[in-house]
Amino acid sequence: MTDSQRIRLSGREYRGLERIDGSLVFMKNTHPVGYNELVQITDKDGNIRSGQVLDTSDEAVCVQVFDGTSALNLPDTRMVFMGEPITLGVTDKMLGRVMDGLGNMRDGNAAPMAEARRDVNGSPINPTARIYPRDFIQTGISCIDGMTTLIQGQKLPIFSANGLDHNILAAQIARQAKVRGADSDFAIVFVAMGIKYDTAQFFIDSFESSGVLDNVALFLSLADDPSIERLITPKSALTLAEFLAFDKGKQVLVIMTDMTNYCESLREISTLRGEIPSRKGYPGYLYSNLAELYERSGKIEGREGSITQLPILTMPNDDISHPIPDLTGYITEGQIVFSRQLASKGVYPPVDVLPSLSRLMKDGIGEGMTRSDHPHLSNQLFASYSHVKDVRNLASVIGEEELTDLDRCYMRFGEFFEQRFLKQGTNEDRSIEQTLDLGWKALGFLPREELSRLSEDEIDSHYTAAEA
Amino acid sequence: MDQAVIGRVKRVNGPVVTVSGITNASMMELVYIGEYRLIGEIVKLEGSSATVQVYEDTTGLAPEDPVYTSGGPLCVELGPGLIGSIYDGIQRPLEALRASGGDFIGRGQSANSISHKQKWSFHRTMEEGSTVSGGSIIGYVDENSNIKHKIMVSPFCKGGKLVDLAPDGEYDVTQVIANVLGADGRKTAVRMSHKWPIRKSRPVQSHMSLSVPLITGQRVIDVLFPLAKGGTVAIPGGFGTGKTMTQHAIASWCDADLIVYVGCGERGNEMTDVLREFPTLIDPRTGRSLMERTILIANTSNMPVSAREASIYTGITIAEYYRDMGYHIALMADSTSRWAEALRELGGRMEEMPAEEGFPAYLPTRIAEFYERAGYMKNLNGTEGSVSVIGAVSPPGGDFSEPVTQHTKRFVRCFWGLDKGLASARHYPAISWLTSYSEYVPDLRSWWDRKSNGAWEADRTAIMSLLQQEVRLSQVVKLVGSDALPDSQNFILSVCDLFKTAFLQQNAFDDEDKYCNADKQLKMLRLIMLYYELGSKAIKAGSTLIKVKRLKVVQDLARMRFSKDLGDLEQRLRSSMRALEEAYDR
Repeated sequence: MTDSQRIRLSGREYRGLERIDGSLVFMKNTHPVGYNELVQITDKDGNIRSGQVLDTSDEAVCVQVFDGTSALNLPDTRMVFMGEPITLGVTDKMLGRVMDGLGNMRDGNAAPMAEARRDVNGSPINPTARIYPRDFIQTGISCIDGMTTLIQGQKLPIFSANGLDHNILAAQIARQAKVRGADSDFAIVFVAMGIKYDTAQFFIDSFESSGVLDNVALFLSLADDPSIERLITPKSALTLAEFLAFDKGKQVLVIMTDMTNYCESLREISTLRGEIPSRKGYPGYLYSNLAELYERSGKIEGREGSITQLPILTMPNDDISHPIPDLTGYITEGQIVFSRQLASKGVYPPVDVLPSLSRLMKDGIGEGMTRSDHPHLSNQLFASYSHVKDVRNLASVIGEEELTDLDRCYMRFGEFFEQRFLKQGTNEDRSIEQTLDLGWKALGFLPREELSRLSEDEIDSHYTAAEA
Repeated sequence: MDQAVIGRVKRVNGPVVTVSGITNASMMELVYIGEYRLIGEIVKLEGSSATVQVYEDTTGLAPEDPVYTSGGPLCVELGPGLIGSIYDGIQRPLEALRASGGDFIGRGQSANSISHKQKWSFHRTMEEGSTVSGGSIIGYVDENSNIKHKIMVSPFCKGGKLVDLAPDGEYDVTQVIANVLGADGRKTAVRMSHKWPIRKSRPVQSHMSLSVPLITGQRVIDVLFPLAKGGTVAIPGGFGTGKTMTQHAIASWCDADLIVYVGCGERGNEMTDVLREFPTLIDPRTGRSLMERTILIANTSNMPVSAREASIYTGITIAEYYRDMGYHIALMADSTSRWAEALRELGGRMEEMPAEEGFPAYLPTRIAEFYERAGYMKNLNGTEGSVSVIGAVSPPGGDFSEPVTQHTKRFVRCFWGLDKGLASARHYPAISWLTSYSEYVPDLRSWWDRKSNGAWEADRTAIMSLLQQEVRLSQVVKLVGSDALPDSQNFILSVCDLFKTAFLQQNAFDDEDKYCNADKQLKMLRLIMLYYELGSKAIKAGSTLIKVKRLKVVQDLARMRFSKDLGDLEQRLRSSMRALEEAYDR
């Protein structure tokens, strides 16, 4: 069937469902309906809901209803197949507005006039069109700038757990992030999936108090909204982000929280459809599905803007090998991992730097970008801090008094590193120079011979031994 | 396009489409579906219905859409112009797609895999009237300054007499440059390009035994866990352990003639990194840009999943084609787990009964088929060439007991296990010396021992046993502290530390250290073993560990990987140690 034929048929309204199962509805005897088509569903009271075709055959059509199926009945429900995939009307006037997962205004006011309509599923960026991201974003947070540097166009998730301060950190990054020496046209797209009302309000307040709310587009699908709506929420948001970045030339930061809820919804729909599960009941396509979201970031040759993604996920049971953080880590360009242990020591942000990683860091730091000693310095801090863990284990067995002098130096280094380098205030905005100097100060607790990953020149110009 | 309609769509479920009304179709036949002519492959036939795996996004596809035949299986086009290109999983040239379709990959786009317009200067090497058979080389073109692209008769050809051979001159890949006159009097045209089905391995005369190492320039690999030319290896590791970094390093510096790099379900930015970086890197052996020996296949994680399944076959078919010309190819597949997951996803959509963790029961067969296409071969035309396969594996949660890692282990003979602990201490390459192994060590012994006068095997065995001892000793240290051990045992710990920082670690961003040739590797290994031998002797003679460790020459050993020339290190090591010993002899 050609597009024109489909459009002719698309206006028809059908009445009467065959079956309702969770958020899926089935209808028989329709015209040939396209896969992924948008569907408009009218219930017996005349309320309109939207849905999407999940499976189509000459016998029946299976539709996933985003607003939930409660109060739908079999005989009176009417459906119109729209003949096109789900699209979102996009415009930069959506900045400063609060929307639901499908892009409808939540405040009840009229939607701004759309400049273009885009398929929310997007298309993959041709790898030959990409520019390798290498512009350093200064977040003002030492553990990120110094150890897991954020690069413009990167996707860098926060692996957190329930009860930790990931929202505070995300808000702080959103407030403080800047590319140095560039006066960029920035925008924030905030995506809430299944989070509580007060968490969403926290972000809104934080954007408002720093005066950036007019540059933020919020897509909210809160905990009490239908869980199925969460599946479309990040796609709508990223469609707007792509428009803002690649058509309007803005530097877009996308904050998505909480990816765990998104994956739960995916599992829910997959189970409903009777699909064969892989690990922990999640569908086999979880990886591809997440990749379709995360890969919608980056920079394109010949276009001004960029999309930087900061997804937040809570690791179920603090388990980093759970399928959600695990598959995310395989797609994203690094991860920032939170540690409950550090949090209970009162360290904010409680970032465990050892499992944390920024894959794009290597090309975005050093001479001309941050400072020439940055690559070796961060390398040395990683190596020394990983030794601290061994020394602490030893100390817990034989007691601190029995440690050698060198090991005691490592204990003091570790203490300073956590309490002064990692720990900072929620409004403290450190420049990259301050961060690196703090790193050198920490290394001052170690004897010079231990600094095998730094060059002699770097040690000469920055190192001063700490006083005993 | 005016292909015949062979059926109509019955059901669409993601990339899996059921077609009804099929009258004449065969398994694995390539078909085009719907208005956009989406490319698909028949994977199941049942009565008059068929299941098709579609290589593109099926949004908008509806029941009753027509299905057209292509008349053959999914093929790649092989001929001059492949090198330096970047393709998607079904050999669509991404650069040409960008030129015609823009920065995003839309549906139904197509372009010729290799240019049909470009003229190549053909030189004949065979005479008119010679007897030829499938695979025979009749001439060559200079694809670039490194690679002479041999023009071969398709292996499908039954053979016969070479007639109508064109004179030397400029031709494009579609022109007929010769005919093969068969015994039945029929002529088969020979062009500079031919097609080959991706799921069928190209025939060879015989497999040969593996005896030459693939020198990667990475010390931990070449010395401890070497790979043979024509061998297979798996690199498993959780995320962030450096699979891709290791693959990049090998692709950059190994001594293969040609690299086929398959980015299978991985990050877009990583492929961009290779694409932007390789043209600027210089091959240490030829002095030419690395892109002149590289073919990229990029089917990133957000590109259609069925094309991801096809991508590794596309890659290995291209590798085999160049092997048939007598070249040595290294194929990187990053990552085979994503390919296995594509199998799982498609299997699930076809409602197949799953085996372990949802993977289809035929997973081990498919893995075996893929790795068996590697090897050191005597080709149909008498030349010798090899395809080595380096497959990354991404085990969920870094757990090596999962099905893909386990099944892969059955079919590869070399295993470079990446270790999370090493990676978090930024010890790269994070190849664990405890879990890795190479079954090629006996096969390669004579090559290395010829090069090192027998030292390689002895030193290698010695250091491996020290590393084993270190494990036991460090357990003791963890419990009671290092003071409890005698100096002779503490010395083993310190030699192992030195070996790790000075030898096993390699900095991919240091101009000198990123590539280490075989001679330097042997020298470095010898020096460290010499330090162990002489140091132990000195300690036995009464010197203390502190004195041995504080020697100036030990600092130089620790930094030797950054210097081009090892100079008089050996002499200085010997004389400082002698001085230590003499002090106690008196």
